[in-house]
Amino acid sequence: MDDRVEDIEIQLLLEALFQRYHYDFRNYARASIKRRLRQARDQMGFASFSALQEGLLHDPARLPRLLDYLTVQVSEMFRDPSYYRAIREKVIPHLRTYPSLKVWIAGCSEGEELYSFVIMFREEGLEKRTLFYATDINPDALDAAARGIYPLDRISAFTSNHRHSGGKSSLSDYYRADYGRAVFDKSLRDRVVFSDHSLVTDAVFAEMHLISCRNVLIYFDRKFQDRAIGLFRGSLARKGFLGLGSKESLHFSEHADAFAPFVRDEKIYQRHEQ
Amino acid sequence: MIASAQANGASPTPVTEAVVIGASAGAVQALARILPALPADYPLPVLVVVHVPADRDNMLVPHFAATCRIAVREAEDKEAIRAGTVYFAPSDYHMLVEPDRTISLSLDPLVHYSRPSIDVLFDSAADAYGPALAGVVLTGANDDGAAGLKAVADAGGVALAEDPATAYSPAMPRAALDACPAARSMSLDQIASFLAALGGARPS
Ligand SMILES: C[S@@+](CC[C@H](N)C(=O)[O-])C[C@H]1O[C@@H](n2cnc3c(N)ncnc32)[C@H](O)[C@@H]1O
Repeated sequence: MDDRVEDIEIQLLLEALFQRYHYDFRNYARASIKRRLRQARDQMGFASFSALQEGLLHDPARLPRLLDYLTVQVSEMFRDPSYYRAIREKVIPHLRTYPSLKVWIAGCSEGEELYSFVIMFREEGLEKRTLFYATDINPDALDAAARGIYPLDRISAFTSNHRHSGGKSSLSDYYRADYGRAVFDKSLRDRVVFSDHSLVTDAVFAEMHLISCRNVLIYFDRKFQDRAIGLFRGSLARKGFLGLGSKESLHFSEHADAFAPFVRDEKIYQRHEQ
Repeated sequence: MIASAQANGASPTPVTEAVVIGASAGAVQALARILPALPADYPLPVLVVVHVPADRDNMLVPHFAATCRIAVREAEDKEAIRAGTVYFAPSDYHMLVEPDRTISLSLDPLVHYSRPSIDVLFDSAADAYGPALAGVVLTGANDDGAAGLKAVADAGGVALAEDPATAYSPAMPRAALDACPAARSMSLDQIASFLAALGGARPS
C-alpha cells in the first residue's frame, strides 16, 4: 500500500478518536504512534486503518483495547534510582519546610512511580502531611495503580532500584507475596487521590509543591510538550519543583524561562517566583 | 509501496540524505572501521543503534567523539537532525525519526529483546526519508534490523549488510540479507568507503 495513503488514514483515525471519544493523540510523536497503530490494526484483526476507524466509531467497546496500544505502560519502581536519590537529598529538605504538601504524579501508569514516592515520603516522615495526586489517561492503568499489585518477578528489580535510590527501609516491608504476586499495602494509598486526567486536553490541577512527570513528554510532539509544560507551570506553587524523565528537558520549551534547573543531571527544575 | 526508485531506471537516482546503522555483538570494533573514516565535511546525518545492556553506562559517545572527524552525540528527544553528525540512541530508549526529520525517543516495549531496536529506527527512518536513505546492518548475534533493512529497501533506499563471512558475529547481517534480497553484502572497509562517498549523487 502507498505510504501516503496510510498517513492519511492515520490522520483520519486520530481525528475520529478525538471527535468521538475526546482522546487527543493528534500531536503525539507520529513515528511511534504509527508503529503502535500498526500493531493495533493487525492484532485487533482489521485489514486497514480505515476499517479500524469504522470499528472504533461504531463500537465504543473497542476503545479500551485501542487505548492500551496507544499508551505505553512501561514503568518500574524507583526507575533511575539517581533521580529518586536527588529528590530525597536535594528536594525533600525544601519540602520539609511546608506544613502541608501536594505532590502530583502525572502519567502514573500502573502506579510504580506513585508507590515509589509514597514509600520515600513515608521513609522521610512526610507522608502524613502530603496529598498525592496520581493521574493518567488510561483507565485500566489507573485501576491497576489503585490495586498496587505486581508480578513477583518484577520485585527484585524494584528492590535493587529502591536500595540504590537511598531507601532507608526494606521494600519487603510494604508488600506481601501472594500466589506469584506482590500486593502492596493499602495504607500506601491513604493519602492518594487517583484521577483520569489528560495533559493535553484537561486543565490546570492545583497548587502543587512537586510534580513528577516522567517519560510522558517524549510521546508528544513539541506542541503538546509545550501545552503540558504550560500546565505544569500553572499548576505549581511558588518555588515548586518539576521532575522529568532522564531523556526529557525544558530545552525546547517556550516555558523554559519560568523554571530554573535545580538538579540539572536529573532533570529536576524549580519554578521561579512569580 | 512506493515503487523502488533504484530499480526503476526512468526515475532520477535519488540523492541520499541520511544514513542509519545498526550493530550488536562486536559493534564497537565494526563501527571503529566506519565512523572515523567519514570526512570532516560529511554532508549527511548518521543515526546509529547499538545494543547496549540497559544497566551499563553508554560509553559510545565519548569513545567515538574522540576518534571521529564529525560531531558525535547522544540523540536528544525532539532535536532536529543535522548533517555531519553521528547520533547514538541512548541506552534503554528506542530512537525514531519523525516525518519532519526530528528525533523521538520512546520507552515502548523491547523489540527483538532490545531497546533501542534497529528495526524501530530503520522503519521510522524509511518512512521519513523514503528513497533518500541508506541503511546498514553490521555484526550481531540476533535478527534485529532484518525487517528494518527490508523496509529501507522497499522504500527505495540503499540497503547494505556486513559480509557474514567476515563479520565478528554473522547472524544479524545474514538475517538481514535473507530478509532483504536487494541488500548488498560488503566488507567493513567497503562499507566505509561507500558511505564516505555518499552525499552527492549516489555512487553505483
Ligand atoms: C511510559 S509510561 C511512564 C510511566 C511512569 N511515569 C514512569 O516514568 O515510569 C507513560 C504514561 O503516560 C500516560 N499518558 C499518555 N498520554 C497521556 C496524557 N495525555 N496525559 C496523561 N498521561 C498520559 C500513559 O497512559 C502511560 O501510563
